Amino acid sequence: MPINQTVAAFRFGFGLPLPKAAPATPEAMLAALADPDPGAALWPGITTADAVAQMQFVEAARRRGKESKEAFEMAGREIGLYGMELRDQSVKVAVARALDSPDGFRERLVAFWADHFTVVSKNQRTTAMPSAMVEDAIRPYLSGQFADLLVAVTLHPAMLLYLNQDQSLGPGSKVGKAKGRGLNENLAREVMELHTLGVGGGYSQADVREMAELMTGLTVTTADGFTFRETWVEPGAETVLGVTYDGKGTEPIIQALRALAVRPETAEHISRKLAVHFVSDDPDPDLVAAMSSAWRSSGGDLMAVYGAFLTHPSAWTLTAAKVRQPAEFLVAALRGLGVTGADVMAMDQKTLARTVVRPMQAMGQPWQQAPGPNGWPEQPEKWINPAHLATRIAWSMALPQRLADPLPDPRAMAGTVLGDRAGEAITLAVSRAESVREGVGLVLASPEFNRR
Amino acid sequence: MMNRRFFLRGAAVLGCSVAAHPMLTTLTLAAGEKTLGENRLVVIILRGAMDGLGTVIPVDDPLYAQYRPGLSDLREAPGALTGGFALNPALSGLMPLWQAGQLGFVHATSTPYRDKRSHFDGQDILEAGTGTDVAAHAVRDGWLNRMLQAVPGLSAETAYAVGRDALPLLEGPAPARNWAPDLRLRITPATERLLEAVYHDDPLFRDASEEAMTLSDELDDDLMAAAPLGAKRLSNNEKLADFAADRLRGASRIAAFSQTGWDTHANQAVGLDSALKGLQQTILRLREGLGEEIWGKTTLITMTEFGRTVRENGTKGTDHGTGGLSILAGGAIRGGQIFGPWPGLGESALYAGRDLMPTTDIRSWAAWAMAGMYGFDRALLESSIFPGLDMGSDPRLLL
Repeated sequence: MPINQTVAAFRFGFGLPLPKAAPATPEAMLAALADPDPGAALWPGITTADAVAQMQFVEAARRRGKESKEAFEMAGREIGLYGMELRDQSVKVAVARALDSPDGFRERLVAFWADHFTVVSKNQRTTAMPSAMVEDAIRPYLSGQFADLLVAVTLHPAMLLYLNQDQSLGPGSKVGKAKGRGLNENLAREVMELHTLGVGGGYSQADVREMAELMTGLTVTTADGFTFRETWVEPGAETVLGVTYDGKGTEPIIQALRALAVRPETAEHISRKLAVHFVSDDPDPDLVAAMSSAWRSSGGDLMAVYGAFLTHPSAWTLTAAKVRQPAEFLVAALRGLGVTGADVMAMDQKTLARTVVRPMQAMGQPWQQAPGPNGWPEQPEKWINPAHLATRIAWSMALPQRLADPLPDPRAMAGTVLGDRAGEAITLAVSRAESVREGVGLVLASPEFNRR
Repeated sequence: MMNRRFFLRGAAVLGCSVAAHPMLTTLTLAAGEKTLGENRLVVIILRGAMDGLGTVIPVDDPLYAQYRPGLSDLREAPGALTGGFALNPALSGLMPLWQAGQLGFVHATSTPYRDKRSHFDGQDILEAGTGTDVAAHAVRDGWLNRMLQAVPGLSAETAYAVGRDALPLLEGPAPARNWAPDLRLRITPATERLLEAVYHDDPLFRDASEEAMTLSDELDDDLMAAAPLGAKRLSNNEKLADFAADRLRGASRIAAFSQTGWDTHANQAVGLDSALKGLQQTILRLREGLGEEIWGKTTLITMTEFGRTVRENGTKGTDHGTGGLSILAGGAIRGGQIFGPWPGLGESALYAGRDLMPTTDIRSWAAWAMAGMYGFDRALLESSIFPGLDMGSDPRLLL
């Protein structure tokens, strides 16, 4: 099926010009997804082992800091520096992959799933955990079975920590009884409400409670990261959505997650969410139905779902109903200016902060700090308000001259980065700009560039 | 005047008939746009857990000095308040407000959050305004936003989140503005006109950019007028306060922002001193910027996620605790008093043997302020805005 390259780049990628070897048809986009992950091969990401090493480093530093006031201050500095380096690496790798990987749709899917399974680090011990979860629990699974993705994410220490599963004990378990501690339902609830069935997805508070009891034992330790403690497990079987789960270890938990993954409510909820994220806040019901049907008939095979998505005409409408979120805007702008992944990887801390980290925050999307487990908002008006738009304009006018020398001719650039969208108004405005710098700024600040 | 419409909203919750309240229509303005009336509410979130005990100090209780031998050696004499409490000298600039009845405190108050003492979860709960009966994260908007939602038709200008940091308190479906005082669009008039042309056919971009350009120009004008060449540069606190005051003098009725620097695990004498001085600067500057008349209609409340340990730790600081302190300021409050029952510092009076025992729910103070200022009905406050809250008896917070 021939497709509009501008739509492909804006809606399903990180913008124009498309990277070399980028697939040009839905079939080729799907085939690329079935291949090994080219982005991960470009630049190594932060792993779960790295994140556990950070926890160990921070705890050791804090122990040293207890010795004196000087040691406390020294430990604070070491912890801060360690975390800063990991944070910068995390931003760099994500941006560099998005810039350079020929498989732009995969990189956008990484961002989609990272948001669907939002985790936020709550303290300095765990700042690398969100990246580790993306690297080890999302990237390897995003073109496989949803059940595998769900299990990998739910059992990842980042998720266990973020949604308090690490502190949930069966009240009737050995340790629970001895210490008088009990359940925390947070993760059990969000798995159903956000990650699978969706609000109103046919589960009750009793199901949440049973799921929480079932999930006891999952926790995190500094020594090992993911840990399962049999002594925390609530004794007896649990019944979730009418199915009873019993047995030792993580197996019954995994079974329950697998069952949630193939529920029709899950198929509907996540199909709709994909369509909302990529196409429109009010997507064509027929598109959602096609994806949801592919989900149900394939048992949650994500390739089948993406296939139904990309081969549906409503995925290719010309209307740009969405707005590029700040991270996406910045990658697309860097690409339009000819900045490569290698350039980003080579940025010093100051340059990275000025170019990406602080602007992302000022545009309303601080890196890996979504406001809650429901992730970033989708509505265009949440991203284009006076303060955030002013920041986009300011970036567009001021940063390009620091990144591209010489600056591209803005008239040519309008065609290169806007493709079919370079309409009369923007072309005229750019030709009248007082300087090359302002012409480039107008292109990047335009609705044509910011909408997708 | 405002009371009736909001009473009605509450009445609707209670199932009363709208027809029983003939005043309904008079409260909708001619332009069709609703407002909150003239009263101003300023909410300052103090991130990091302010040490309430070190701020409003129980100087007459000998236990205080025993718990904190390394912290209680105050170099300057603290300002005497009432009932055996004294104000940390870093806030001595606020004493005139106390004497004028425009400064008050709520001691030993906290959210319903207990035991885990995580800043992150504590702030989540503080800003969501939920209690323990509501699952964590089940409520996705902030309580100040829910207050706005209760009055459909308010303009986005009504409430401002000031500063660059996210403010979940004000996030949610009701429209609100945000702007950072140091944010400027530095573009030439010619480029401004070109941008207008580029945004002309896209209302989302057009409206947002118009507002941004107006704000930016206004701020530049203010800056020129207020700061002659060679004048001392304003601190961030002053800029924040100036911007908030500017908005509140106009169409805005609510301003919210956050300040950090309260997590005083080590060397607290220095850290708390500096955080308190910053807060004092903000409050005084805001009062100055608002002017007597509007300050007279203003209630300012600070809220922090929890208090700190009663005992000092091994690094001349304090750790995460439970009962904390809210500061109230403004001409609308019945100041000169410390609200909330005082639990005492005796070993058995402490929470978990280590923290100041919370005696009130911090949400109830905000709720009473909202009821008094905007006439929100108690049923609405206890169900929609702060689900599950029991406001208790009226503390007569406001004049």
